[in-house]
Amino acid sequence: MTGRQRDENPAGIHLPLDPLPGHTSRGRLERVLRRGEFAVTTELNPPDSADPEDVYNRAKIFDGWVDAINAVDASGANCHMSSVGICALLTRMGYAPIMQIACRDKNRIAIQGDVLGGAAMGVANMLCLTGDGVQAGDQPGAKPVFDLDSMSLLETCRIMRDNGKFLSGRKLTTPPQLFLGAAVNPFAPPFDFRPIHLGKKIAAGAQFVQTQYCFDVPMFKTFMQKARDLGHTEKVFILCGVGPLASAKTAKWIRSNVPGIHIPDAVIKRLEGAQDQKKEGKQLCTDIINEVKEIPGVSGIHVMAYRQEEYVAEIVDESGVLKGRQPWKREIRRDDQMVADRLDRILHEDITETQVDMVKTAH
Amino acid sequence: MSDENPTVTQATLVKKAAAKSDYKPADVSPQRRVQRSFAVRLWSIRHSRLLEWFYARFADMFLLLHPLWKGIGYGRVEAPVKFIEKRVKGFMFDCRMCGQCILSSTGMSCPMNCPKQLRNGPCGGVRANGNCEVEPDMPCVWVKAWEGSQNMVNSDRILTVQKPVDQSLRETSAWLRVTAQAAATREAAAAPKTGAAA
Repeated sequence: MTGRQRDENPAGIHLPLDPLPGHTSRGRLERVLRRGEFAVTTELNPPDSADPEDVYNRAKIFDGWVDAINAVDASGANCHMSSVGICALLTRMGYAPIMQIACRDKNRIAIQGDVLGGAAMGVANMLCLTGDGVQAGDQPGAKPVFDLDSMSLLETCRIMRDNGKFLSGRKLTTPPQLFLGAAVNPFAPPFDFRPIHLGKKIAAGAQFVQTQYCFDVPMFKTFMQKARDLGHTEKVFILCGVGPLASAKTAKWIRSNVPGIHIPDAVIKRLEGAQDQKKEGKQLCTDIINEVKEIPGVSGIHVMAYRQEEYVAEIVDESGVLKGRQPWKREIRRDDQMVADRLDRILHEDITETQVDMVKTAH
Repeated sequence: MSDENPTVTQATLVKKAAAKSDYKPADVSPQRRVQRSFAVRLWSIRHSRLLEWFYARFADMFLLLHPLWKGIGYGRVEAPVKFIEKRVKGFMFDCRMCGQCILSSTGMSCPMNCPKQLRNGPCGGVRANGNCEVEPDMPCVWVKAWEGSQNMVNSDRILTVQKPVDQSLRETSAWLRVTAQAAATREAAAAPKTGAAA
């Protein structure tokens, strides 16, 4: 059948892709980035539920519009379904998740175990984060772990992949094949250290980075200029974080309550001046994408549309970053389709299907 | 008692500060946080170059005393040296006795004072005024570290990727450990020559 998509294993959508030379993972995201295509990633809002359908429904709205989906690890220190759990569900259905690992809740023993488990389930991409402090979340009384930090976590994953060893030096029988990611925030002080800090992350093993929400394009341009001067853009794929703001009120709330997000006054003024603030927020996001995609060294965007996930497809479409390319999309396979058709006929059409009846009608 | 004019005790101050943030690192009580001022710590960072120079001499001196430490036994001097180290570094840098000091790589700003104990650089949550995400009144340890490191001779040491903290070294003397290691490498460098001769 011709329906098979690029970057899909013919033996089954849940299976890893063929290894390619120069690739460290067998995932779709690395292939897209290394081919030089403009990648789009997004974030799945993790459900507060034990129903797998909740995860699938939330993933479905991204179908055909994104290359990978971040499975967040209790972002903002709020408790939700775990990133490992979400990844287990998504990989079964052939999605390419990016498993986020935060250092806040797990020590090095648990983290290394999760890296192996995730890789065994078919997770090809892992994003190493420090994590927000517990004070930011819904359970501020929790004990913060922070045994590793994002940098040593990156290094740990890299050692496991390249040297085939745990941090202790004990050998792994099969090392995980991973595409390692990190986060950078060009919008928080110390600004002159941030590009150098990115260099440190590259040294520790980062192959792609996703940035914090970008609302201040000139600031991001300065950061990228410095990163290019330092030669980082040749060693790492930078995905710029973008997202729609629902209203001027939310923008103000985010600015004062969410650590590390910088929203300039001009943005809030523009939202306040608009008739339909939600629409303007979406338009603003599209405008930022259009500016950002032209910056040399930017390899893609990371669309974070918290609680506005339905807009991701529109934003990606309107900004035209995919240039007509369609990312992998979950389709009904030919055999599944045959079963479905047949079942439909048996259930809804009044036909005889038993051997005895068929013989009788033949006479 | 007068409700209009309540007595301000230490406990009220603590309670007020505790309400501001629910974050309580294991070893910092709200009580201690209220009493804390960052003046000395910030002085040390401002004078990072001087301290770097001083520490280099100091480490050399400690290494010179290696025969003495060895004579008495590293195990036996541990307690008194730790006693002094804890107080001196505690006063100067708000040291947390992680036992694996990297002050020379972090601009004389102790990274263990970071609520997330980051040893490789700032998190993404630094406030626009350069203060900490978790403790709003404290200047970010890593913003200061970057400033301090730029004054130092070995300003590129901040670029080394630090290994995760070895928790088993907590509450041990970093001075003695560094000295013992330096002595061991010195001996190891000398050993192959004698080995080749024999």
